[in-house]
Amino acid sequence: MTEKRGDAVDVRLSINDKTYRLSLDPRASLLDALRDHVGLTGTKKGCDHGQCGACTVHLDGQRVLACLIFAAMAQGHAVTTIEGLAGRDGALHPMQRAFIDHDAFQCGYCTPGQIMSAVACVREGHAGTEADIREYMSGNLCRCAAYPNIVAAVAQAKREMEGA
Amino acid sequence: MQPFTYQRATNADDAVRAAHARPAASQFIAGGTNLADYMKLGVLRPEQLVDINALADTGHGRIEVTEQGLRLGALVRMAEAQAHPAIRRDYPVISQALMLGASPQIRNMASLGGNILQRTRCEYFRETSWPCNKRAPGSGCAALEGLNREHAVLGTSEACIATYHGDFAQALIALDASVETVGPRGKRTLRFAELHRLPGTTPHVETVLEAGELITFITVPAGPHTRRSHYLKIRDRDSYQFALAAAAVALHMAGDVVQDARIALGGVATAPWRAHEAEAVLRGKPLDEAAAQQAAAVAFADAKGRAHNSFKLALGPQTVVRALMEAKTMQVST
Repeated sequence: MTEKRGDAVDVRLSINDKTYRLSLDPRASLLDALRDHVGLTGTKKGCDHGQCGACTVHLDGQRVLACLIFAAMAQGHAVTTIEGLAGRDGALHPMQRAFIDHDAFQCGYCTPGQIMSAVACVREGHAGTEADIREYMSGNLCRCAAYPNIVAAVAQAKREMEGA
Repeated sequence: MQPFTYQRATNADDAVRAAHARPAASQFIAGGTNLADYMKLGVLRPEQLVDINALADTGHGRIEVTEQGLRLGALVRMAEAQAHPAIRRDYPVISQALMLGASPQIRNMASLGGNILQRTRCEYFRETSWPCNKRAPGSGCAALEGLNREHAVLGTSEACIATYHGDFAQALIALDASVETVGPRGKRTLRFAELHRLPGTTPHVETVLEAGELITFITVPAGPHTRRSHYLKIRDRDSYQFALAAAAVALHMAGDVVQDARIALGGVATAPWRAHEAEAVLRGKPLDEAAAQQAAAVAFADAKGRAHNSFKLALGPQTVVRALMEAKTMQVST
């Protein structure tokens, strides 16, 4: 390779089943690419250091932190953000519905990350008990402390996602 | 963040070749959970990133379990190793240490090879306006007279008291693991216990790895002690927090009598820490609380507290005692 420092990199990202061709500074995180280059601002920048979970997205179906992934590293993987969660008809995902039903937020800033993390938590089979939900949602901080409502929302959505 | 070039390696030799062009200025990147954070802070300033994630497809993403032990590809993610049925059953200390580290998102991202090379969370290392011998050799140590509640009490020097925070490494050193590497001078195998260096007068040199040398596999030998193994982590909050004190223990028992004991200490030392003298206290004796306390006291005999971390001189030994007693009463299938 003959790249020099400061050169842009061409990155092809698959986000919510659409392909985006971007020319990015190699320093751009996946979070910055989503928000500043693609215009998907649902994914939030909280701490930007992997401590709060507000930037949680799915990479090939697994929950990850978009702030700690350089955008170039996401090429070849399927990214799903909060904008890609609802059905094509706009119907809310059961987890989104459950967060509304249980008033599982106050300011709402952590909510997209909470919801993306919660969907993965259920799919992983880690939402069987309230203790499990608390443990496996510990990577998502809520400074408004809506935690009891979040746990209740995840438990409700789990039942619906699993068709119970 | 300092500008860098980015390139993807397709296999281990390719990665080593790419890094070899500018070894001191290059960093391998896998999960990036530690590296990207420290690059944003300006603590780590590589000029070239070599993305090694594709190595997962060349055998370095596999977990092999044989009668001889485990062979873990360096690109295996924490979450995958933690959930592996044979590791949970036969090497619970590894599964537990991984489970108690970081958050679910980070465990999905972080590679095992990267995990063991994670840098300290010392706040004076993280914030570039402070003196720090680890980050800026010769600048001094702000932690010695600073807020050092989370700092180490074992393996410290007058140059550095930063804690090695990893959990997985304590399981590995307790189980006599090894690491396989490939570098500019070819392949080699190192005992895990030889990988990390104590700070001494050169705390910026944290491992014996050469520039451009890449960890490719981690191997853990089987033995009669691995099933009765346990990781206990004590921390300020119950999840997603680094240890104030932790103990990785493994026991081979004949009835109540200890045939073999392994003890490693987390959250209290400057590097992965094996307590060999404490193990010797237990060997050949019945394991009860008094014996565990005696061993724990030996493990911390050389510990040195500072203004804010002297509580670890009590918490550390208590953690060892509890870990040993919990391991003793584990239900272990044979």
